[in-house]
Amino acid sequence: MLWDALFLQLGYNATLVVIGATLLGVSAGVTGTFLFLRKRALVSDAISHATLPGVCIAFMAMVALGGDGRNLVGLLAGSAVSAWVGLLCLNWLTRNTRLAEDAAIGAVLSVFFGFGVVLLTVIQTMGSGRQAGLEGFLLGSTAGMLWADALVIAIGGAGTLALILLMRRPMTLVAFDPEYAAARGLPVDRIDLAMMGLVMAVTVVGLKIVGLILIVALLIIPPVTARFWTERSDRVVLLSGIAGGLAGYLGAALSASAPNLPTGPIIVLVSFAFFALSLFLAPGRGVLAAILRHMRFQRRVHLRQGLLALAQGQPIYEKLTLRLLRRAGLVRADGVATDTGKARAAKALRDEKRWEIVRTDLAHEAAAALYDGLRDIETVLTRDQIADIDRRIGGPQGIPS
Amino acid sequence: MSGEEFVPLSLTPLLIGIFAAVACALPGNFLVLRRQALIGDAISHVVLPGIVVAFLISGVIAAWPMMLGAAGAAVVAVVLIEAIRRLGRIEPGAAMGVVFTTMFAGGVLLLEQTDTSTVHLDVEHALYGNLESLIWLDATGWASLWDAEALAGLPVELPRMFVTLIGVILFTWLLWRPLKLSTFDEGFARTVGIRTNLLGLALVIVAAIAAVAAFDAVGSIIVIAMFICPPAAARMMTNQLEGQVAWSVIFAVISAVSGYILAGYGPLWLGGADAVSAAGMIATTSGLILALAAIFGPCRTRTGAPSQA
Repeated sequence: MLWDALFLQLGYNATLVVIGATLLGVSAGVTGTFLFLRKRALVSDAISHATLPGVCIAFMAMVALGGDGRNLVGLLAGSAVSAWVGLLCLNWLTRNTRLAEDAAIGAVLSVFFGFGVVLLTVIQTMGSGRQAGLEGFLLGSTAGMLWADALVIAIGGAGTLALILLMRRPMTLVAFDPEYAAARGLPVDRIDLAMMGLVMAVTVVGLKIVGLILIVALLIIPPVTARFWTERSDRVVLLSGIAGGLAGYLGAALSASAPNLPTGPIIVLVSFAFFALSLFLAPGRGVLAAILRHMRFQRRVHLRQGLLALAQGQPIYEKLTLRLLRRAGLVRADGVATDTGKARAAKALRDEKRWEIVRTDLAHEAAAALYDGLRDIETVLTRDQIADIDRRIGGPQGIPS
Repeated sequence: MSGEEFVPLSLTPLLIGIFAAVACALPGNFLVLRRQALIGDAISHVVLPGIVVAFLISGVIAAWPMMLGAAGAAVVAVVLIEAIRRLGRIEPGAAMGVVFTTMFAGGVLLLEQTDTSTVHLDVEHALYGNLESLIWLDATGWASLWDAEALAGLPVELPRMFVTLIGVILFTWLLWRPLKLSTFDEGFARTVGIRTNLLGLALVIVAAIAAVAAFDAVGSIIVIAMFICPPAAARMMTNQLEGQVAWSVIFAVISAVSGYILAGYGPLWLGGADAVSAAGMIATTSGLILALAAIFGPCRTRTGAPSQA
């Protein structure tokens, strides 16, 4: 069943949903990256909740004009308008009042959503049972998706992607350094607004599949996931698009493969699974990598301290140090240094003395700044410089030659 | 309107609405000032999985398991957000977005997977609440307020919300000085020996308790709206924290009362037949109040900001 769904063999409707979800995932992942890099991820939450009144008003308007009221294009147009109004309110509140952005986001999302709920109840009392399906916009409903709906989603997703490709350079610049972008003469405000416009487009397109409450997840989770794997913004965009698309594809296929698996939540959970994997396994920024790095560092410190203790003839009690020394073949089982151990210990002590000279000599100021008790002096100074320092240390003193 | 009609049908929902609004607005003041306003949003989203899990474990739709489940989910969410933020070095907003959407999705999935069709538990209910249905059928008029027999038939949400409100007021009142200090100058608060981390966590937990109690009665929209809108509007009215809290309580009460009345009677005045969602209307009126405050409030601008940005 699952394989059938993955290879688009599960009938017309399921195939439509899977393709639509994949396209949506890619465009949401790519768009969300700029939002995330701009540190305004939760603005999407306000935008998505602000679509609800528009959907209801569009429905009522279409019914009043004698239409069906469930025309997807009409509903999406309505949602886009009210999301835009919400966005303008949000911008106005943060720019012209003392409210911080998070308070403005919360205010816009709750008020617009509350108003939308009022309109929903108004529609319910309009009777005629035609409102069936409007609630579907809250959590998405892919059952009964039509070819025309899928086409709207596909065109919307492709259009958003094209716009992002056109605007990616100015948006990256604004995301990383708005002051610099302004100094370069870029219209930062308008680029910000365009970025939000793209987010709005993704939200509107995604209403049908994942619904307005969960579309935020598609905009936030893939970029955060991608950020674990790379430090370059263009690759974050690429990876985020891939992660989003994959989550959309797998999630939609999974939900088609069994009953009672709602599409939107499954896509979000698949996306989160990618995130959790990245959080633990990513090289560099992942938790596992951080633990390994910490353990490697710990071993270096213990080995170094152990060698210095050996050189000065101090007893070693720390078990980890002893074990590390023994495993490296530097001490015997009874804690007495082997020949290599003695040689390495002497070298460690001499290096320490060399560092001492380096750190008291202003001429070596730059090198001295690199001293952390672990760095090999050969990686910092040339052989000639070390020889020079060795001359200043001199030979053994107090011994008749 | 006569007492026979008002007391049984409107008094209890109105009181519950007011209590819920004030209980959320009080901690909301500090959350808004600490730029943690969206914690309320996150909590109200994760309440759903908490309630579903509580239902699955206990098997009944009862108040206490659900409150426990919701509070547990709120704590799990706060811990997860903090863990992801620190482990992954991700900005708090994005970490919050990851956690609450995932938990909400999990809640919806659980709800769909289990057979809850026989009980009154669905996403719409979680969002809008059922303020209108919290009527007091045993009441016959104002005299019922002194009638022990009728009082026994009060909807349980009313005393529960009242106790929550008292708890929130006590928390704010007892910890007023440390809260104020740590909100405005965390470094100084720490130097005079206030455990700011613990205090911050306590504030979030109190907010979560208020959110969960209010959520049970009025749905999550009011919770988010009341956490943010009245304090934000109050922020435009004054520069004093005391004044701000007072204004926020006033705004919360006004929006609860006017929202309830507009929802119940507004459509009738306009010639409609049925009432609209009271929860949604209360959120809407609180937004209108915020809009008015943002346009006319005496302290609406950022001090020191350029007048023409």
